[in-house]
Amino acid sequence: MEILLRIGFRIAGIVLTIFLIAVINFTLVNAAPGDPAAVMAGQSGAADETFLKQIRAEYGLDKPWPVQLGTYLLKVAQFDLGYSFRQRQEVSDLILERLGPTLVLTLSAFFLSLIGGVFFGALAGRRHGKWSDVAISMVALLLYATPVFWLGLMLVLVFSIQFEWLPAFGYVDIRASGFSAWNYALDVARHLILPAVTLSAIYMAVYTRLMRSSLIEVSQEDHVKTARAKGVAEGAILRRHMLRNAALPVVTMAGMQVGALIGGAVVVETVFSWPGLGRLTFDAVTQRDYPVLLGLFLVMSILVIAVNLLTDLIYRLVDPRIATQ
Amino acid sequence: MERRDFNKMLLACGALAAFGVSPAPRALAQHRDGGLTAILQPEPPILNLALNQQTPTGVVGGKIFESLLSYDFDLQPMPQLAESWEISEDGKTYTFRLVKNAKWHDGEPFTAADVVFSCANLLMEVHPRARANFDRCESIKARDDHTVVFTLKEPFAPFILAFEASSAPILPKHLYEGQDYRNSPYNNKPVGTGPFKFSEWVRGSHIHLTAFPDYYQEGKPHLTEIYYRIVPDAASRAVAMETGEAQLAQWMDIETFDVERLAALDHLTMTTKGYELFSPVLWIEINNRREPMNDKRFRQALMHLTDKKFVAERIMFGLAKPATGPIASTTRFFESDVKQYELSVEKATALLDEIGLKPDSDGKRITLRFAVAPYGEMWVRTAEYFRQAVAPAGIEVILDSYDIGGWASAISNWDFDLTTNMLYQYGDPALGVARTYISSNIRKGVMFSNTSGYSNPDIDRLFDEAAVETSDARRQELYSEAQRILVEDAPLLWLTEQRYPTIYDARIENLITTSTGVNGNFAAARYAE
Repeated sequence: MEILLRIGFRIAGIVLTIFLIAVINFTLVNAAPGDPAAVMAGQSGAADETFLKQIRAEYGLDKPWPVQLGTYLLKVAQFDLGYSFRQRQEVSDLILERLGPTLVLTLSAFFLSLIGGVFFGALAGRRHGKWSDVAISMVALLLYATPVFWLGLMLVLVFSIQFEWLPAFGYVDIRASGFSAWNYALDVARHLILPAVTLSAIYMAVYTRLMRSSLIEVSQEDHVKTARAKGVAEGAILRRHMLRNAALPVVTMAGMQVGALIGGAVVVETVFSWPGLGRLTFDAVTQRDYPVLLGLFLVMSILVIAVNLLTDLIYRLVDPRIATQ
Repeated sequence: MERRDFNKMLLACGALAAFGVSPAPRALAQHRDGGLTAILQPEPPILNLALNQQTPTGVVGGKIFESLLSYDFDLQPMPQLAESWEISEDGKTYTFRLVKNAKWHDGEPFTAADVVFSCANLLMEVHPRARANFDRCESIKARDDHTVVFTLKEPFAPFILAFEASSAPILPKHLYEGQDYRNSPYNNKPVGTGPFKFSEWVRGSHIHLTAFPDYYQEGKPHLTEIYYRIVPDAASRAVAMETGEAQLAQWMDIETFDVERLAALDHLTMTTKGYELFSPVLWIEINNRREPMNDKRFRQALMHLTDKKFVAERIMFGLAKPATGPIASTTRFFESDVKQYELSVEKATALLDEIGLKPDSDGKRITLRFAVAPYGEMWVRTAEYFRQAVAPAGIEVILDSYDIGGWASAISNWDFDLTTNMLYQYGDPALGVARTYISSNIRKGVMFSNTSGYSNPDIDRLFDEAAVETSDARRQELYSEAQRILVEDAPLLWLTEQRYPTIYDARIENLITTSTGVNGNFAAARYAE
């Protein structure tokens, strides 16, 4: 019963968060100076009063602000994200089209950074003070300080132009419609390597540093000393007594970084022409495509909430004490 | 590190390299089957040229849709959907005879009814620039299935230039009549008469067009397909051209500083031809309503301080030519005999003294705010240059950053001191130049109107008279006079006539054949044997 109540509270919290996010998004987007009509006129290279009036009527901009907000919230409650008058498509269709590539990229980068960070951090922590620790720490610091777009371009220069090993940009070969499922997946994987590495680099660096210091700290704790005194092999001590404990702060941090990861995807998607949500967001912002922008903010907020839930679950796996509390 | 660990690491590196090497990622680098991969940036919002005339829409839409005419490099009309045409003596009746064997991409025959429907109904409702032209018609009628007659209320000489694909795209009546034009399912699956038909659009990735086998020009198009790849990052676009993943970059796809390097590569070539109909002039816009900018001596002082040659050579990397006045040298009725403003701080300060703008103890006479247009580096650098150029005369300029929405809103609502702007001229001053200077086009809230607020009855009269005059010689006289007055009044600071680089695979022939260049239909483009 208590568990059900707890789940109920959690769901209510999520719904309330989403509602507040929707209201804040709408308010912020509409508070920005300038209107979509002016932008569309600005980009079409021609305008007259009739044209501007038509656009304002289509966007509903000729209605009072509270009416616009009410209409929007009502639609969201019915899972209707609206219609992009600029792209002449349902917002949900536009977002669904791009959701796949973004999930592939951000999830790959998320797990790559997490696994890489834990692995290299553990390696460095294990060899605390030795040259491999210094080398890993230095590389991590270097990656942390490297701007994402620059790293992306350098990887393209080396792996695409110099060695011609990997494609410079795109999600899949443009002629992939004729590929078998296996070849399609392989092609996506090949296109994914550079963007995923680029996006994960900075987070991998953070997790490496975090894991390293956390492991060093854990290695000083009593239960580890006891294990050592009992003559347990070093490998077993690491696996059974240190890794899980040391990984806890990393998992916490990773959960918190997901929002930033989706934000960082905008840059990586631009550098690598990755057809994901990040670029759709960028285009929607510059073109003042309000319905798309609002839809995107909402979907991204939900994604962040979902990943935070996922992090909580991972937390329970890593530290069984939390599950039993 | 122990040897065992080192070996493990070596093995891991080897595996990574092997995984990278094994596939062939550059499979699409070369089109051996006669197709073309072009860069497209930004991604067009829709592909219906009647509803959107943004450059990328024009680039893709220009292959799918056609109009009655196209225009050669000297802006003379050439046949497209009209195989011949005549203009009556009084300049009021335009009769077009259409090609007889053209079909829509869905197989339906193209007829005069499609032209009448597009020009008299569809475009009148959704296309502001076409509306301005066809509003001048008393009637648009089909004489028979293959003849269309446009009767004007009064002569309008540039009317013959109104039939370029993005100015007056012809759309299929059988698919649009009685529909909600703006929300038709065919807006994103366009059906045209052009040499290439729409195949697929993967948003954020690419647009695929394939050759239309029933195209009315025998043996064309030669290219089998065109992929337009959306590549938002400038460096990635340069890489795509360098590696051969793309064979064509156009408009502002390539940053000016990268153009020379790419054009010098063996597999690529470059031309700046094919933008004559557009001939954009870049200028610094001055809000003529505000003091002291409402005094022409102040504006003339700014002219004396601005080095157009520097802008053309250093900021545009030679991809521009100093502009001498409001009309580009590639547009009809250009006049070179206008007042020249010598580059001179002394002359500028003398003018500023004359209007009573004295320097304070720091040498500063006035502070102006510059609304930097949010379209990229070139615009920022131009604004930065201007700030430096006018400083020696005691004019302080503060640069303000905007996003596109904020900028468009500020300019169209006249809330600015200075900004940069650029408009296409569409071949004739009546189509693309007059709108910036005539008083009747001072319309608050409307972008690309006379936003500087300049008003001169002589200019209004000259532009009005020239628009309806049928004699080219007389039009030249009127426009020459208008250019002399405008350069004297300096309502704006004309900086450069922009030239755009089209960089493409050196094996391609006949790519740029008209004054609309890459926006043309590419029916004649082919790989050399």
